[in-house]
Amino acid sequence: MEVRVQLEDFDAGAEISRLRLARRDTGAVAAFIGQVRDINDGAEVSTLTLEHYPGMTEKALQAIVQQAATRWALHDALVVHRYGCLQAQDQIVLVVTTSPHRGDAFSACEFIMDYLKTEAPFWKKEASASGERWVEARSSDDSAKQRWQSQ
Amino acid sequence: MQITVLYFARLKESLKYSTEQLQLPAGVDTVAALMQHLASRGDAWQAMFSGQQAIRAAINHALVGTEAVIKAGDEVAFFPPVTGG
Repeated sequence: MEVRVQLEDFDAGAEISRLRLARRDTGAVAAFIGQVRDINDGAEVSTLTLEHYPGMTEKALQAIVQQAATRWALHDALVVHRYGCLQAQDQIVLVVTTSPHRGDAFSACEFIMDYLKTEAPFWKKEASASGERWVEARSSDDSAKQRWQSQ
Repeated sequence: MQITVLYFARLKESLKYSTEQLQLPAGVDTVAALMQHLASRGDAWQAMFSGQQAIRAAINHALVGTEAVIKAGDEVAFFPPVTGG
């Protein structure tokens, strides 16, 4: 179970292959990539800058991955999250989960993203022609996380 | 007691502070009390810490509620609700 917080881009294909080939009894690999959109709430976005809390971010991500590993039969899980200044279509985050069967891999991947959205200390700031603004947290992210608590 | 306080994102910008060493007056030993103490600095501090803004807190890298107790040497962080992913 590995988490990385980095400025650099990542090679999602290479990361997925690495986890897929690590064990011969792995039957399922689920992956999620989040990327920068060129439009948010109807406004054009030219750059997206991500700030984070070094030290806490890694711990928070590690705790989320550990929680997923206790709920589902995972062989491995990887989270890579970038910070710094990004452009439209740049990759922001990668989550990969591997398991014997697809159900566990799918659920764990979605769980990790839902928790990351509400517990990992990252903040997005958008720049557009009209200036800069901090992205507001969405209540739909809270409800996405809450549905795991009632299961 | 002395603690380290960190501010992130919108808070850091509005307060023009990213970190400070703070000597807490006697009786200020919870996150809620610290927020009240910071709000008493006035201006941007009051705007950020008097309750109108949604603020999250962490002690030593763990998210906590406002009732959490602060101890000497703690690293206390304040930030807006997170928006990563």
